[in-house]
Amino acid sequence: MDFELNKTQLLQRELFRKFAEEEVKPLAKEMDEAEELNPELIEKMKKLGFFGIPFGREYGGEGQDYISYALCMEEISKADASSGVTISVHTSLYCGGVNEFGTEEQKQAFLRPCVDGTSVGCFGLTEPGAGSDAAGVQTKAKKEGDHYVINGSKIFTTNGGFADYTLLFALTNPELGTKGMSAFVVPLHAEGVDISANIERCGIRAASNVVIAYENVVVPEFNRIGKEGEGFKIAMTCLNGGRIGIAAQAVGIAQGAIDETIKYVKERKQFGKPIAAFQNTQFQLAEMQTKVDAARLLVWRAAATKNAHGNYISQAAMAKMFASDVACQVTRECVQLMGGYGYCREYPVERMYRDAKITEIYEGTSEVMKIVVSGGMKLK
Amino acid sequence: MKIVVCIKQVPDTTEVRLDPKTNNLIRDGVPSIINPDDKAGIEAALRLREANEGATVTVVSMGPPQADVALREALAMGADEAILISGREFGGADTLATGTTIAGALKKIGYDIIITGRQAIDGDTAQVGPQIAEQLGLPQVGYAEDIRIEGEYAIVKRQYDDCYHIIKVKMPCLITALSQLAEPRYMTVHGIADAYAKEIKVLGYEDLKDMYAEGTIGRTGSPTNVAESFTKQAKAKGTLLTGLTVDEAVQAIVDKLDERHLI
Repeated sequence: MDFELNKTQLLQRELFRKFAEEEVKPLAKEMDEAEELNPELIEKMKKLGFFGIPFGREYGGEGQDYISYALCMEEISKADASSGVTISVHTSLYCGGVNEFGTEEQKQAFLRPCVDGTSVGCFGLTEPGAGSDAAGVQTKAKKEGDHYVINGSKIFTTNGGFADYTLLFALTNPELGTKGMSAFVVPLHAEGVDISANIERCGIRAASNVVIAYENVVVPEFNRIGKEGEGFKIAMTCLNGGRIGIAAQAVGIAQGAIDETIKYVKERKQFGKPIAAFQNTQFQLAEMQTKVDAARLLVWRAAATKNAHGNYISQAAMAKMFASDVACQVTRECVQLMGGYGYCREYPVERMYRDAKITEIYEGTSEVMKIVVSGGMKLK
Repeated sequence: MKIVVCIKQVPDTTEVRLDPKTNNLIRDGVPSIINPDDKAGIEAALRLREANEGATVTVVSMGPPQADVALREALAMGADEAILISGREFGGADTLATGTTIAGALKKIGYDIIITGRQAIDGDTAQVGPQIAEQLGLPQVGYAEDIRIEGEYAIVKRQYDDCYHIIKVKMPCLITALSQLAEPRYMTVHGIADAYAKEIKVLGYEDLKDMYAEGTIGRTGSPTNVAESFTKQAKAKGTLLTGLTVDEAVQAIVDKLDERHLI
């Protein structure tokens, strides 16, 4: 058993860390306030390969694994969770799905532009009436000759405001329920696609998150990923992988909050000494760092298992369930250690506290994670 | 055109402290980085390669085996080749012996342009680059802010106190780079993997011994001895005089100087 990162991963972490520190961190506050990502920042990250990490060089990707991807997610999210989720949804959900279920021709057409730094992808499963109960999807894709006509509406589509493609899930056979669901790559510039303004949220406010309506959107049969009826399976597989990214994001948010708090407690003086000198501060931080390290190890285990093509489903769910809880606890305690200043927008832990909450919700709530984990325990 | 960039791995001095007892650098836990002026040199070399078809970039460092990671970083930025000059016999070198060692290696490696950083942030001597040029009998231009190639000449914009000099220098030559020369690019994700797939050539004493006269390298070739290093003590707190008119202020300063018999 090896708990060490290899040399390549160490230097990649160095790259992600330096980039996050120099390029992402200075923008995080203003992007949160503007509720918009800086487009130049996205371009820079695409150029350096952050949007194609675990995908083959033969498709223009970086040819690295899920550990490298988790390192990227953690380091970027340490500086800004909104930038983190942008990478995660694109990588795990859109590209992951096309990579795993697309044909060679489909990968050349729909994966290549998204991993070589040209385009961005998003994921369309959730609907106003279908959240945790993804079987409630109402969007329909009707076959007409050599193409499909799509009608329906998706909500909470991360990256939807600027993405080029979505991996969309629609019913090709509504009578069959989840077995009648199919997956499609839909170019978001297609006629009949209507994208809303950004949905106002508590945290990860800079990330794009929109409602997308599809009205008689025509896509060729070529754009269907997998067979008809395989959509639900594809969606669940994408989400299983996505949880590694979100868990790594949660670890990043928590570690970022601890790092900021350490800086603060060394400088802040009360009762004649730095508050870092008080045992309460020391014990709180020790406890927090222990939890974050444990969460990180869960993330790395799930990533290593996915790299080895093992069954990582429960591991990824455990990692997300635990890391997201840790992120919420840690950011709350960091605000508490920093007191009134921690609550102010001047310091980033206030934003991190808001950003942490979503990690318990999206890509499967913590309750859904418990269903997944207990499902693997053969309790019934 | 073969562009050779000499780089040094240095402790990140923004995070370095001196041991108050021994006055030595506390290196434990301090991250190592490519010296900033040298990193600008790498970037300048990569841009010259992009602008001049057929050009190659070779990065050279003298140091312990741990300097490997600095060379990998240079490869991940896009350098074609990396060479490490390393061996016990080279250890304990001052700037003269370092210049001699690197110059000897460069004769073997070959070059059209050598770019070094102006100075390293750990020693701040700014001597090694010029010494390499002297040892190799090359023309040198220091403090470069811009470099371009015209035929067999390099046109270099040299920073001066109050102006710039535009200098035309015939290749082969040596140029020392300021960190303002070029904002270094980031490594890329796959570039890092490729950098570790490449082999870094190590030149040891056995490979290079014919290049050196006896007693010119390592500790024996180093006439410099550091007698003492220390942290400057913070100056005493001054006196702040506020709310005075110009005349009052002048008078107050003169009174103070007079009081201490300085005027």
